[in-house]
Parts: sequence; structure tokens; C-alpha cells
Amino acid sequence: MHIPDGYLSPSTCAVMYAAAAPFWYGSLRRLRRLLRSRVIPLISMFAAFSFVVMMFNLPLPGGTTGHAVGVAIASIVLGPWASILAISVALVIQAVFFGDGGITALGANCFNMAITGSLVAYAIYRAISRNRPIASRRRVAAAGIAGYVAINVSALFAAVEFGIQPMLFRDASGAPLYAPYPLKIAIPAMMAGHLTIAGLAEFVLSAGLVAWLQRSHPSLLRTTAPDAVEDVETSGAGAFGWPAMRPMLVGLAILLLGTPLGILAVGSAWGEWSPRDFADAAGRRQIASVSGQQAPPEQVPQGLERLSSIWTAPFPAYAPRFLRSASFGYFLSAAFGSGLIVLLAVAADRIFARRTGSS
Amino acid sequence: MARIGFLEGSIHGFLEALEHALESEELAKRRGLLQGLDPRVKLLGILALIVAATTSQRLTVIGAEVLLAIGLALASHIPLRTLMVRTWLGALAFTGLIAAPAIFLTPGLVLWHVPLLEWPVTAAGIRTAAYLISRVETAATLSMLLVLSTPWTHLLKALRVLRAPVVLVVVLGMTYRYILLLIGTAREIFESRRSRRVGGLDTGQQRRIAISAAGVLLSKTMYFSGEVYLAMQSRGFRGDAYVLDEFRMDRRNWSWLSLLVAASAGAMWAGRH
Repeated sequence: MHIPDGYLSPSTCAVMYAAAAPFWYGSLRRLRRLLRSRVIPLISMFAAFSFVVMMFNLPLPGGTTGHAVGVAIASIVLGPWASILAISVALVIQAVFFGDGGITALGANCFNMAITGSLVAYAIYRAISRNRPIASRRRVAAAGIAGYVAINVSALFAAVEFGIQPMLFRDASGAPLYAPYPLKIAIPAMMAGHLTIAGLAEFVLSAGLVAWLQRSHPSLLRTTAPDAVEDVETSGAGAFGWPAMRPMLVGLAILLLGTPLGILAVGSAWGEWSPRDFADAAGRRQIASVSGQQAPPEQVPQGLERLSSIWTAPFPAYAPRFLRSASFGYFLSAAFGSGLIVLLAVAADRIFARRTGSS
Repeated sequence: MARIGFLEGSIHGFLEALEHALESEELAKRRGLLQGLDPRVKLLGILALIVAATTSQRLTVIGAEVLLAIGLALASHIPLRTLMVRTWLGALAFTGLIAAPAIFLTPGLVLWHVPLLEWPVTAAGIRTAAYLISRVETAATLSMLLVLSTPWTHLLKALRVLRAPVVLVVVLGMTYRYILLLIGTAREIFESRRSRRVGGLDTGQQRRIAISAAGVLLSKTMYFSGEVYLAMQSRGFRGDAYVLDEFRMDRRNWSWLSLLVAASAGAMWAGRH
């Protein structure tokens, strides 16, 4: 994702420098106010760390390897503003001293990775982890997702910058002067690699480092988790507590209330036919109409007929026999099914938490 | 293959980065044309040439800049082999891979069809690929010349001529120094793990080693940050950064600055639409 010189026009580079400048200025001002003289060693050291981490060749599931930018872990440990500066400094050193990324494209690279990446990673990490304890497994997942999304949003920005070049800059003969592919090619080509390998590398690094810090240096995770509750989730207590479950239960209740809408749907799902549908003329017409006018067999398939009688559901077709109202029957079936799943999940969590505690 | 070479490959990567840094320092000490110029002259002159290469709309002008860069390298005793290994081959492989499909995908006058595949090779496509590759190669070569002919401490101080804030110059200098330290630390972590390894490592084990190494580096980073801050305070640091400016411009430097800027302006003029 490090854009070299020559891929973007000078005017695009100038615009990207201008877009990045307020963020650099704002970050520096904010940090100097907060950290005063401590800001120089902190940013320098973390930039050095980001640079070295970018060199790590991370083994990924599936046998491949990838490099991560480390933008999410920088945002999680330092906060977004310090992360913007630290990653920008690492990118400057990479471009100037190691030739990775162009000097004219430095503004674009910093905007894509350091600025967009840091802000997106921080927002997602905070949104998912909320006030969960520092040792919460949710923070590990939040860090992984934050890294994955941040690197993909950064890649999308880079792809758009590439994709607008042939629209804006061509020579006298009509040949594109810079990155040659339009948006419809640049975006899929760029995102294919980042949604898979680069995104996975960022996920692995971010989630892995947060898990490592939870065990070894939990204090480093405190900067961006000032409201984290104190109890430790690994005990299992509170994992299914009301505050954590509330958004999910509210959403579930809304969906339950909407389940009678399912009655409005006509016909049956393709392939979910009963033996009676094969015998009934209307049912046969419906099967044929949704199967490309291919007539179903004259006889009910023997296997279907034999196996369908093994188990009789208590609420067949989501309509308990003891209820006359179809809508209420639909609602009751949905409530029963959802409740059963929630109970199973709570039971599994309790069993898992007990095993974790005993080991 | 990855199973055997993960630790060795990582160590090799770290050593290569250290070798490149040492080689750059060694080349910067040689007596040559660019090494003898004021870092600010080199910075401004080479930046102007890079901008000229990216704005030019004529391949001949970009080609002339490549020849100029090669001439500067030879006059500065920078081996072309170093440029080839560290810049040309990598840039050609990466950008060539990206530019190659443009030869067939860019609409325009069809010059030829690839036998069997029947893909059309267009004139506009060839020009597009040539623009991209030549620009990337030229800019990368010029950037590398700047790095290979200037000690990094001088290069950082020269950034002040671009009105870079003093705090940025100080941060960049400190970052570069600690990058070398952390690369050395990472190499030692992998080396010690390699010396204790018996048998192969599966992907999961490799990943755990890499994450643990990154974690150790992170905790060392935060520790160093505190230590460095205390060391700075003990030397009287109060948050204000200063950079000693020992550069002096003489007639020779002014002449070369004029020459490089004039060459860049000429390239921009000649490379107009």
C-alpha cells in the first residue's frame, strides 16, 4: 500500500499533502498540550517500533505470509492522535531512507495509512470494546476487527486515488500518464489483496498483540480504555450479564415483534417441500413454476416419504395446533426458538468458563 | 519451505536492513560529486528533479533524467550494481507487474495481437506502461542517490531548508537511531529462538513466535521511551528542540544548486503537454 513516486500526479500529491497537514498540525498541538516534553521520545520510540513491526513477515492461516502496518495497535496503545504522528514518522523514514513509498506520494501514504487508519482503528476498537474489562476477550476481537477494517479502508482510499488518475491525467495521444487503471479495476484489484492477506496480517498482529499485552502489560491498554470496568471477564462472571446483553436482547425483541411479517410471503422456500406438496395439484404447480417449469416426479420420492415421518415437529410450519391465530403462532414459535438458542449459549458459556477457571 | 525458513528468513531480513544502513553510511563517506555538496543543495536539487520526472509528459525527457541520475551516481562513486540491486530490480518487478496488464487493457490503436491468447497490444497501453515504469525508476534512483550520498544526520538537518519544524527533525533523528536498535533487538530475539529450536515449526507456532517478539519489542519500546525521556531531562531538556546548523554555502554549492534547479526547470518545460 506504500504508493511509490510516479503513480499519482503532482497535483494529487499536493492535494493529499494539504489534506494531511491539518491532521499533523492538530495532532502535534494536542499532544504537546497533553504530554509536553514527553511527546518527542514517545513518538520517536513508537515510530521506530512501527517501522520494525512492518518488517515482520507474519505467518498466516493457510500457509501464506503477510506484512502488517501496525496502525491499530498504535491507536490502541497511544490513542489516535499520537498514532497519526508515530505512523507518519515511520512512513517518512521508510520513504526517505529505505525507498519504500515515494517522497512525492508521502502525503497520500500518510493520509491513507497513518491518518485514516488510526482514526478508523480507534473508532472501531472503542465501539466494539466499549467499557469491557482490560482482560476481556472482546478487546482482542475488537483489536483484530479494528486492524482489519482500518487497513481495508486505507487500501480503499489508495485505490480511489489510483482510480481517478486515468480520468484526470492523459497525454496528447490519450494514454494515461500515471496509475493507468480506472476505478472499476483499481478498487477490486487493490481490495482483493487487502481483504485477504494484508487484512488478515493486520488482524493477526492487532489481536495477537492485545492478547499478549493483556497477559504481560495490561497497563499499556489503559490509555484508550479509561472507562474499562475493573472485574476480570475471564472468570466468566458478567459475560452474559444484563448490561452486555442489553443491545442484543433489544434487537432480538424487535425482530420477534416483526416475525408475523413472514406470513405475508407467498409460496414455500425452494427445496423445502413436504410429501403433501408433491401430491397436491397446486403444490405441484408451484414446485414447477419455481424450478424452471420442470415438472416434479409423479410419485412422492420414496426417501422423502420415508424419512419425513421420523420426526414430527411440535410446532409444524411455525403454527402450533393449539393456537388459532397464525400471527401469534408465528411469534410464539420465534420466541421459543430464540429463547432456546440463548439458553444453550448461556449454558455453553458457563461450562466453558468453569473449565477455564479449573485449568 | 516456509516451515524451515521462517526464523532464518526473519533474521536475514533484519540483517539486510542493517547492512543497507551501514552501506549507505559507508557510501556517504566516499569522496565524490554528490558527497561533496551541501546536503541542502542535494535535497532541493534532487527533489526538483523528482518533481520534474513526475510532471513530464514526454518519455524522452524522463529518459534524459535517468541518464542524468546515472551520471551523478558514477561521478559520486556509487556503484551501479548497488542501484540495480536496491532500486532498479525491485521497482521493475513491482511496477512491471502492475503496468503489464495496462498494455492490453488500455484502449487505443491496436499494434499487435498476442498469438493464441489474441490479447490486443495497444500503442496507448505501451505508452502508459512506459510512463509508469520510467517515472518510478527515475524517482526511486534519484531518492536513492540522495540517501546513499548523504549521512542521515546531515539529511535530517537539511530538512530544515524545507521549513520542516525542528521538533520533526529531532523526532526523525531519534526514530532512525532507535529503528537500528530495535532491528538489532528483534534479530537477537529470533536468533535466540532459533538456537533453541528442535525440529520444525508449524504455522501456528511461527505466528506465536512473531507475535511474542512484537510484544516484547512493544514493551521494550515503552520502557525505552521512559528511559530516554529521563535521560533527556537529566541533560536539561525542557521540551524545546534545537538543531545545530553547521552547513555553509560556497560558490561551488550555489553553482550546483543553480544547475540542478535549471535542469529540473528545463525538464518541466521540455516535458510539457
